[in-house]
Amino acid sequence: MIDKTVKNAQEAVKDIQSGATLLMGGFGLSGIPENCISALEKSSIQDLTIVSNNAGVDDFGIGLLLKKRMVKKMISSYVGENAEFERQLLAGELEVDLIPQGTLAERVRAGGAGIPAFFTPAGVGTEVAEGKESREIEGKTYLLEKWLKGDFSLVKAWKGDTAGNLIFKGTSRNFNPIMAAAGKICIAEVEELVPAGELDPIMIHTPGIYVQRIFQGEKYEKRIEQRTTSS
Amino acid sequence: MLSKNQIAQRIAKEVRNRQYINLGIGIPTLVANYIPEDLDVVLQSENGLLGIGPFPKEEQVDPDLINAGKQTITLTKGSALFNSAESFAMIRGGHVDLTILGAMEVSENGDIANWKIPGKMVKGMGGAMDLVASAENIIVAMQHCSRNGKSKLLKECSLPLSGLACVKKIVTDLALLEISPNGGFILKERAPGVSVEEIKEKTEGKLIIEGEIPEMKF
Repeated sequence: MIDKTVKNAQEAVKDIQSGATLLMGGFGLSGIPENCISALEKSSIQDLTIVSNNAGVDDFGIGLLLKKRMVKKMISSYVGENAEFERQLLAGELEVDLIPQGTLAERVRAGGAGIPAFFTPAGVGTEVAEGKESREIEGKTYLLEKWLKGDFSLVKAWKGDTAGNLIFKGTSRNFNPIMAAAGKICIAEVEELVPAGELDPIMIHTPGIYVQRIFQGEKYEKRIEQRTTSS
Repeated sequence: MLSKNQIAQRIAKEVRNRQYINLGIGIPTLVANYIPEDLDVVLQSENGLLGIGPFPKEEQVDPDLINAGKQTITLTKGSALFNSAESFAMIRGGHVDLTILGAMEVSENGDIANWKIPGKMVKGMGGAMDLVASAENIIVAMQHCSRNGKSKLLKECSLPLSGLACVKKIVTDLALLEISPNGGFILKERAPGVSVEEIKEKTEGKLIIEGEIPEMKF
């Protein structure tokens, strides 16, 4: 079986250059590629375009890259948890495309699946529809949306094997499987990396064909945004 | 005037047995606390979960289990996990029976604005636009007026829209209203102690009042 293993985050991200478009998995801080983000933050690249549902918080996740002014443009659906992001956005210091979450998911899915465009009802009659073709199909109006692809996808999984097969835990799955497929080169970091053959094929969420590089993350903080408990 | 919890409590009475329901962040999340025990319903979380359980006890907290508002949650018997494309396919494909979300403004023909205050608050729309464009059954939880007394039930929304002609029912701190297919807010119930006059004063859009308007029962 093909072995996709790389040594660590530094090795994995070393050829990402300024101006790259990066697709990142995660919803809030759940399932974010912590180690890749950390390795990127130590580099001196800039002018990144990042596609990610959220923008992390001020001092964790993508927020770290924003703080260091490495990001030129964000394509996201919700950035409310990051005050620095909102500030940069309102001040015109950061280019932002806010797009509906389902449209984001489907555009990236389409990118990995070879579907250049599709129709969706989300955003009809809103700012999102500006400049886009629309069509009435069976009595309802839909907007034409295009696929989204990137130079690299950075994804995070619970377990992976050396063939690049990935299994996700809980709601940390979210955008990871779709981002994986839509990046020219997919870098997967996992909590536990095992040899090919150890994972049950029935349990695989993302087949290894989508993954070009895999490594076991050095450590995971798995920060919780809203620790909510029942009394 | 109803508190946020009371608004949630009244909305919970609209839930029917065997429904799959998406609850938006804010007041809608509170609805889960008031769904009658004898109803079997499944809560969908847009980030990839069917079957949201109660908030965890301290020792059960799991960073890999969160809801759309990024709060920690638990699973329930019969839960299922999936990715975000699958989640929105479920939503857009009309498989979710009931959507409950918040709003900043609603217009008399059912337009909703709940994602942006230009120049002040631009957090993003998240899943709201997908939800309102796809659901048959949409209930909105909102304050009747803004903090400076301006009506939020309008002839036309002034804020950027999330969706057109999609809201069916609204519960505010003052009333329960339905959107008429011909345009207009049909007043169905008053919050306890609130008069029809007060609701009239505070509704800028067309208000339709037919007969005696009962008080909400809890």
